[in-house]
Amino acid sequence: MSFIEFRKTSKSFGPLAVLKEVDLTIEQGEVVVLIGPSGSGKSTLLRCINGLETITDGDLVVDGLSVTGGKKQLREIRQEAGMVFQQFNLFPQMTALQNVALGPRKVRGLSKEAALKKAQELLDKVGLSDKGNHYPSELSGGQQQRVAIARALAVEPKVMLFDEPTSALDPELKQEVLNVMLQLAREGMTMIVVTHEMGFAKQVGTRLIFMEHGKIAVDDDPRTVIDTPPNARMKDFLSHV
Amino acid sequence: MQVDMSIIIDFIPQLIVGSKVTIYITVLGLLGGMAIGFFAGLMRAYGGKFANTVAFIYIELIRGTPIVVQVMFLYFALPVLASIRIDPMSAAILAIVVNAGAYIAEIVRGAFLSISKGLTEAGLAIGLPHWKVLLYIIGPLAFRRMIPPLGNQFIVSLKDTSLFIVIGVGELTRIGQEIMAANFRAVEIWTAVAICYLIMTGTMTIALRIVEKRMRML
Repeated sequence: MSFIEFRKTSKSFGPLAVLKEVDLTIEQGEVVVLIGPSGSGKSTLLRCINGLETITDGDLVVDGLSVTGGKKQLREIRQEAGMVFQQFNLFPQMTALQNVALGPRKVRGLSKEAALKKAQELLDKVGLSDKGNHYPSELSGGQQQRVAIARALAVEPKVMLFDEPTSALDPELKQEVLNVMLQLAREGMTMIVVTHEMGFAKQVGTRLIFMEHGKIAVDDDPRTVIDTPPNARMKDFLSHV
Repeated sequence: MQVDMSIIIDFIPQLIVGSKVTIYITVLGLLGGMAIGFFAGLMRAYGGKFANTVAFIYIELIRGTPIVVQVMFLYFALPVLASIRIDPMSAAILAIVVNAGAYIAEIVRGAFLSISKGLTEAGLAIGLPHWKVLLYIIGPLAFRRMIPPLGNQFIVSLKDTSLFIVIGVGELTRIGQEIMAANFRAVEIWTAVAICYLIMTGTMTIALRIVEKRMRML
């Protein structure tokens, strides 16, 4: 069985079908880059994996656990799938260190000291050793997003889901976030990334998936797709990102 | 008749007794009101259809009727309906509990729902159960936003206790009325009563300001 398996997975919001019988398997160690026009279902696909969206038909299995398997099972999936959001969503009343330590402490049940130690190690890893005591409002967008990555990693997930992690950042700050993501990919982390950063896809992507109208239109090696787009639609799309 | 504020001095002990009763009703009433308000507010915000409807009916029932009618009902109608006799003081406290609870429920609901949905998702995404997300993340943020409207409700409830004169509870307004009936010093007595209320509401306002300042508004 594959690590992540979409089996004729469908998702609709009322009458609007966002995902249409998607079949997709992802193995551990892959770095999958998801692209597509807005409304094509790429964010929804990502959010179905950790159950932030409830699938309406078919099945979706993550590491042997189905997202339809009830609350407890869903929580287990969420501990295995860290998520990074476009808007960072750091907890504003907590310092960077507290943000990162919350998961280890309240989800993994570590002691306060152990959780804070782990949080500090992760802040070191994302290059924010000296920002532990800063509140999110005192950090730049790029720094906030790196704290958010550390927060997701703190729960020791097997896969990281990135939902347009650099779209809210200006070009300079984008790079510091991308560097952390590149490092993660090189360490062998399984990643699924919704992004328009083609440079990232080329550098570390193992698969590029182009979505359109709730379906997977192209699924191939990133370098092949970017250098020689398989069709006119793909070529047109890539010329705009 | 001349206005002579110095006559008030003789009545200060009585006014203090009345103020104490007012404070007693307010504090106990608001403690209960907060408990019910939080419960009903969370039922409205996160409850299933049934819980939501129950809370909704409670809130609309209370907000749609005057507090005087509510306390009259508790004191005079309840004994007839259910053979439950309660003394005026209990009826007064219960009236504040039930009344403030309904308004606080709406404050609680509004504050919780005003916190960005993204934060709830971030909490769920790290694997926390929903109740822990509310307890550790959303609750503390919502609480900060509740302080100004809660302060407002506290002051309204304190002043509402004056209406319990209708069931004969010996609170401040009732004491004022009794003193008045004896000496007809309307200007002096009602001025003194008003000042007593101002001191109580003023203290409350200052206390809430301090709490507000101590918390980082986020």
